[in-house]
Amino acid sequence: MSDAATYNFGYLDEQTKRMIRRALLKAMAIPGYQVPFASREMPMPYGWGTGGVQVTASVLGADDTLKVIDQGADDTTNAVSIRKFFERTAGIATTTHTSEATVIQTRHRIPEAPLREGQILVYQVPIPEPLRFLEPRETETRRLHALEDYGLMQVKLYEDIARHGHIATTYAYPVKVDGRYIMDPSPTPKFDNPKMDMCPAIQLFGAGREKRIYALPPYTKVVSLDFEDHPFERTKFDRGCALCGSEGIYLDEVVTDDRGGRMFVCSDTDFCESQRAAPSEAGHGLHEVPR
Amino acid sequence: MYVAVKGGESAIAAAHTLLAKERRGDPAVPELTTEQIREQLTLAVDRVMSEGSLYDRDLAALAIKQARGDLIEAIFLVRAYRSTLPRFGYAEPIETSAMTIRRRISATFKDLPGGQVLGPTFDYTHRLLDDSLNGGAAGTPSSPARKPVSEDAKVPHVADLLGHQGLIEPNPETESAAPVGDLTRDPLSFPAERDLRLQSLARGDEGLLLALGYSTQRGYGRTHPFAGEIRLGEVEVHLAPEELGFEVPLGTITVTECEMVNQFKGSAESPPQFTRGYGLAFGHCERKTMSMALVDRALRARELGEEIVAPAQDEEFVLSHADNVQATGFVEHLKLPHYVDFQAELQLVRQMRREWEDAQRKEAAE
Repeated sequence: MSDAATYNFGYLDEQTKRMIRRALLKAMAIPGYQVPFASREMPMPYGWGTGGVQVTASVLGADDTLKVIDQGADDTTNAVSIRKFFERTAGIATTTHTSEATVIQTRHRIPEAPLREGQILVYQVPIPEPLRFLEPRETETRRLHALEDYGLMQVKLYEDIARHGHIATTYAYPVKVDGRYIMDPSPTPKFDNPKMDMCPAIQLFGAGREKRIYALPPYTKVVSLDFEDHPFERTKFDRGCALCGSEGIYLDEVVTDDRGGRMFVCSDTDFCESQRAAPSEAGHGLHEVPR
Repeated sequence: MYVAVKGGESAIAAAHTLLAKERRGDPAVPELTTEQIREQLTLAVDRVMSEGSLYDRDLAALAIKQARGDLIEAIFLVRAYRSTLPRFGYAEPIETSAMTIRRRISATFKDLPGGQVLGPTFDYTHRLLDDSLNGGAAGTPSSPARKPVSEDAKVPHVADLLGHQGLIEPNPETESAAPVGDLTRDPLSFPAERDLRLQSLARGDEGLLLALGYSTQRGYGRTHPFAGEIRLGEVEVHLAPEELGFEVPLGTITVTECEMVNQFKGSAESPPQFTRGYGLAFGHCERKTMSMALVDRALRARELGEEIVAPAQDEEFVLSHADNVQATGFVEHLKLPHYVDFQAELQLVRQMRREWEDAQRKEAAE
């Protein structure tokens, strides 16, 4: 049972892959529409990326190069675990470099380096339904999507503005796909939303526990929901990365001591390393940012 | 400091080593064998087989050992193994009236064809800790003398006895060739038919079903249940391969079956008669099958035209949350890093606090 050789390439059997590929094709044909699929029980827990893993397993070929990130980083424990899973069950090449990867599985981030044609970005999705927290019933939300009845969402965003003066959603910020379906971008920070728009790469979304797949074909129009007088605003940081000095990228806050010491560093570890490796005047070196 | 988030790979390997050490416990104590688990922790094995949806006592015992006795983790191990197994076909429906009975009780009739058979039950034990089980000196218990009841005779279902007089609704007539839903092969959609509901409940978490069944007894979707019958024993499983055209026995399995008999007022179309709730599970799982039967009956509210007012009657609520492997995964995934999202929230809270403080200052100045 422990012998990897007894499992098919990429763990899933070919019948299951075919079923998932059919769902993926349907999802690509109807961008942003959630396609139900017969999600399998995987050898990692629900919530750990079983949807993403099934999608990745179904699109991987023997000559693919896989990158796995969690929170933007290649070396977070779950990213390591999923990368090792595919090294073991598919024996494919892996990388931490965004530019070298043909398939990138991600949880909560889109890489900073722009993606290109031919690449596939696979998102792990916990709750695929953007209307779920406004309407808990699947029977009802499916009806709302079918009728393109998105009033609930508009009212929610409006109430945010009435209460706070701005839309108080910072991640899993809903988007409209190709002028039709409202889609959950997975819990990526809204900072990443603009990267989805007209992206040259294929973007696939897998929700294992909820048994849904959806997709964005290359160059799909993806608009973050907003109002004319309250346009979508990307999260801005008032500083650059403490390690590589890059600005205009997403930062992680690292607590360095118990006296309020903080430093801000790139969330995308591969981007940070490549910036530091590149000869440039940037690169402030390690230092703590005073409060 | 920053390097602390690096090194996930070696941390995982070290965690696995620690886990193996914890699993073994004090090396001075002999290691538990899977045979001991299979033979002596049989009710744990039964629960893992039922909710793991795989009838294999050895694999269930192995899973329990590997999971350090955490039954939900063991169920997960069994499920993950099961999902890779090829499907050869679907067995014929088992015939529980042809069961070799080990236990069979009815709470609705004092005596009935086939008799009441108490069997191995905790029911009338006094829950006093038994020191004789300490230290393994208890010896081998003897088998009690047993009346040769029902060894080869069919033991009719209590519900069928009522059915002869039309006092209980008949079981729905289905063609045996009609396809039965399988939620491990097709995503569940709502409204779900009873075959899928029963499959979901059979795989569902015993704790959840127990609480939901209990809630119906306390008035949240009351169904006036009677334990028409609970039976435990062995049944044969048959498969009819297409190329053969006849049934071949595959072996016997142990199952527990519970049929609840519930009140029903009747309607313009149907006369007043009792209704049914059904529970079935692998092995000896009495609490599970009784709870299942209560919840099955509660979930028939839509079909029977009852008002849906309680959680146990709400199909989407019950079926979406019954699976403990799904539930534990999503609850426990909160352990995974969320610092990207948390950072986004932190930014927002700081912004909102700045706005609030500005407003306070402005107010104070005015």
